Amino acid sequence: MILMTYSRRRKKDPISIKGKLIVVEGIDGSGKSTQLRLLEKWFQSKQSSVFLTEWNSSETVRRITSKGKRKGRLTPITFSLLHATDFADRYERNILPLLHAGYIVLADRYIYTAFARDIVRGCNPKWVRRVYEFAVKPDLVFYFKVPVDIAVERILSGRPKLKYYEAGMDLNLSNDPYESYRIFQSRIIEQYDSLALSEDFTIVDGTMEIEEAQRMLRSQVTKLFPTLNISRNVRRPIAS
Amino acid sequence: MTLQSTKIKKMRKVNFYGHAIPYLEQVEIKGKFIVIEGPDASGRSTLIELLTSKLEADGHAVMNAGLRRSELIGEGILEAKRNFVLGKRTISLFYAADFADQLENKIIPGLRAGYIVLSDRYIYTLMAREAVRGISRAWSHNLYGFALRPDIVFYLDVNPTELVHRVFKKNSNLDYYESGADLGLSENMLESFIKYQGLMAKEFKRMQKRYGIKSINGNRPVNEISIDLQKRVDKYLLDNHSLD
Repeated sequence: MILMTYSRRRKKDPISIKGKLIVVEGIDGSGKSTQLRLLEKWFQSKQSSVFLTEWNSSETVRRITSKGKRKGRLTPITFSLLHATDFADRYERNILPLLHAGYIVLADRYIYTAFARDIVRGCNPKWVRRVYEFAVKPDLVFYFKVPVDIAVERILSGRPKLKYYEAGMDLNLSNDPYESYRIFQSRIIEQYDSLALSEDFTIVDGTMEIEEAQRMLRSQVTKLFPTLNISRNVRRPIAS
Repeated sequence: MTLQSTKIKKMRKVNFYGHAIPYLEQVEIKGKFIVIEGPDASGRSTLIELLTSKLEADGHAVMNAGLRRSELIGEGILEAKRNFVLGKRTISLFYAADFADQLENKIIPGLRAGYIVLSDRYIYTLMAREAVRGISRAWSHNLYGFALRPDIVFYLDVNPTELVHRVFKKNSNLDYYESGADLGLSENMLESFIKYQGLMAKEFKRMQKRYGIKSINGNRPVNEISIDLQKRVDKYLLDNHSLD
């Protein structure tokens, strides 16, 4: 299996990778994380080597980044670069080595989250894309598309307090965090919709019942493994 | 008696290397932006101190800036680097974030207010470090597309062997990173230092034309370099005075 990075120069020199990279994208409340976790459980039940990574979750990067972030000091550029740092850390230490080792890597958000959010915050789209050009192109990207009102309701019913950046308060869209959040999320949806075309996302209707969506996801994922029928329990352990 | 202005500083548009932040492209500044680049122990900080005093004595408001002075990133990065915890791409992005914070929260406001901003190193050191560690120059160039183009950039060119002497005079030991010890150039720290500083100097030569960096012979005694530097800065300010 050959994966391509986004770098124009590297296209002549693709990296050979044994593993598979499966990504879910979509706004908060679109159901993507629930679905990805069910995929993880499925792979685990088949004894596949699987690894799940989440956006903005590097402990090392969090420890080094000082309270600046909490103080609302961030600008669109520093916001973007700190998220790129977090991604690079997980990419250099987990995603890429594990793909080389033949793992199935499941990513809850990938570079498209940065593309969508940073562009909405006013960063230059070409600049953002080139910052992330070291990242390999996923084998499969599921985009969970859901009307903004449904997603916002799902989020706000469970967790009423919105964080400053999460609500997009830095964009001065509205003084009301909930209204700001709604506008911000709908702008992100616009970005996702245009990425869905250019990046060939597999669009998933985020209003589907959980079981039905998971069935569809599994049938798409199965296509990635032509030699290995993962629906039967045939994967041999790595070491024996 | 009333002190009144007969002259006003001209506002001018800023110049960037790329197009990363459209919202800053409209900014207008009054000040001048001067950068001094050069390796550790090249005399940078002394020269900047002397230049600052001189400019202030001449009546200019001066603001000092530099790498690794922002509040965004804690000291933890040094430790993480030393313990090989972070990958090179991660380190580059961390430094870029830290630099961006400096730029937007200090350098640009200073220039808007009409200060002469003197920066102790700038993106060129960061880009050179990345290039010698195998990161594509095109990627770094794009990454720093949000960086403001300085009015004038000096590079203190010091022969690596001379540099070693100055480092030992100052510290009696070689810094891990300034020796490029992470690159595995040599088992011998001194040899590694000389090789690494040689690679950095080569990278600066390479960047000279593209970024308009002016080289200064840094092998001379500091007071001699200082006179040279002050002359050049004076000439620049005289030729480009922004008062109308």
